[in-house]
Amino acid sequence: MGTLIEEIFSRKAGRRVQAGEIVLLDVDYIMSHDNTTPLAIKAFREIGKPIYDKNRIVLHLDHAYPAPNVMAAENHRKIIDFVKEQELPHLFMQGVCHQVMLEEGFITPGAVVIGADSHSNTYGVMGAFGAGLGSTEIAVAWVTGKCWFKVPETIRIELHGQTQPGVYAKDVMIHIAGLLGMDGATYRSVEFGGEYIENLPMHERIIFPNMSTEIGAKCGLIAADQVTIDYLENETPATGPFEMIRPESPCYERVLEIDVSTLTPQVACHPDVDNVKPLEQVEGLEVHEVYIGTCTNARYEDLEIVANMLKGKRVNPLVRVIVTPASQRIYKKALQNGLIEILMDAGCTVTGTGCGACIGRHGGILAPGERALTTMNRNFVGRMGSPLAEIYLASPATAAATALTGRITDPRKMQKSE
Amino acid sequence: MGKAWTFGENMNTDEIIPGRFNITIDPKELAKHVFCEVKPEFAKAVRPGDVVVGGPNFGCGSSREHAPIAIKGAGVQCVIAASFARIFFRNAINIGLPILECPEAVEGIREGDEVDVDLATGQIRNLTTGAVFQARPLPDFVLKIAAAGGIVNFLKEHDIQELINAE
Repeated sequence: MGTLIEEIFSRKAGRRVQAGEIVLLDVDYIMSHDNTTPLAIKAFREIGKPIYDKNRIVLHLDHAYPAPNVMAAENHRKIIDFVKEQELPHLFMQGVCHQVMLEEGFITPGAVVIGADSHSNTYGVMGAFGAGLGSTEIAVAWVTGKCWFKVPETIRIELHGQTQPGVYAKDVMIHIAGLLGMDGATYRSVEFGGEYIENLPMHERIIFPNMSTEIGAKCGLIAADQVTIDYLENETPATGPFEMIRPESPCYERVLEIDVSTLTPQVACHPDVDNVKPLEQVEGLEVHEVYIGTCTNARYEDLEIVANMLKGKRVNPLVRVIVTPASQRIYKKALQNGLIEILMDAGCTVTGTGCGACIGRHGGILAPGERALTTMNRNFVGRMGSPLAEIYLASPATAAATALTGRITDPRKMQKSE
Repeated sequence: MGKAWTFGENMNTDEIIPGRFNITIDPKELAKHVFCEVKPEFAKAVRPGDVVVGGPNFGCGSSREHAPIAIKGAGVQCVIAASFARIFFRNAINIGLPILECPEAVEGIREGDEVDVDLATGQIRNLTTGAVFQARPLPDFVLKIAAAGGIVNFLKEHDIQELINAE
């Protein structure tokens, strides 16, 4: 009897656990990347104990990859040398860590996966527990195979209806961030459900757990169903049987009911994710860069939406329009199906995969006074480079419409004119 | 005893230490840039024993441990906030940066006030105004980690299972 997180943790603990309890759980996989692994290696050396299970360690080079400077290269060197030294089986340079974790089948329903990256919440899309934590805890998990958790209370978000054309999961989640605020779900598990979620394909579902981080959530969960199983069976090497864990007579701290059918495109405005406005209130605002990328919105279907809107057109010649596919697999499929050519013909700069401009390291850094509209999940001051730049968050469709005009533009206007 | 440095609500990890400086893990190097975006004078003027005072949701944003390490590297004795973001909370405990949750103290401390903190009891005294505040007690297992000086040191001496075993 419990919420989805209580059900997942109970299975792992081998006994019934309830919100408020402290539990020490076995973790299925331990994820870290080039930004956070060097510190984990340092902590690992200090602890001085051997790795508990090499197969559980998954490392990625994605945050500053390919290396934009010598220090980033040194980090990569340190990690690759560590992989050789410890004979670790899982090292990836295939794109944004969270996307690759899903594609490679590491995330299955009921799994407990921790990552040294705040957007590890993304794994909740598979009905798994995914949470971000720091490098030291990663090292602790390397040597113990375990991690402590306080079983969180749950906020259930029940989403009804269907969105209008031109309105996407990103708009719905930005709207939720505005409603709950940046600390609206701190320490909580957020369960997303209802007929809207049930009818969504995987690439749209991902937005909700991914951005649950932005409202402070410990994890963001969607119960596994046939859509989940189909994804695992058709798109990943994971092998079943997969269990569809669901909440059983749950006791929620709070239930939020939202009808998505009247929602219009939304924008999270500078300088906070919860500074949310309907697009019409910021329509026409000049932008200097449009960035389509990240673990939030750079999947094949996102690139397809953008390509469909840009096909046969040219983006505003004074705006840098940068597209960074989330993974090599996505990039390759987009290349094979002609999307990359459409984007290039429209004047977009398509970069290699990875986290790119999202963390202000390389691949689209902003100058003082510039304004960007991006498909990212976070618009903190200084995130993309200069602290004097402004970041606006929106859907890939809004990004494409904005790329064409150089001003924040309602995608429904551009989609209608096709 | 130290001087208080006050910060607003939702102080995020990019504001504590921007991503572009996280290519190093050296605490002293990180400390040179800590809070550079929001309080550029901080890194040069902060003295060992000073106290950082923040609003609700302190440390929200990325999982970067560089944030608490940069603060600790600057010699800050303790962070007092109305509330902490969850990853920052874990990270601070794990690396041995003392933190106390106390909304009343945040209300009652101004920039530059002299503040004395007793970590064992959670008592916070504002020596400038004479006000005394009591922070919420930390859970037992957190105190175990703190007593060892961080989780790395804890693990050198103990099995992880001992963290949550009954007293």
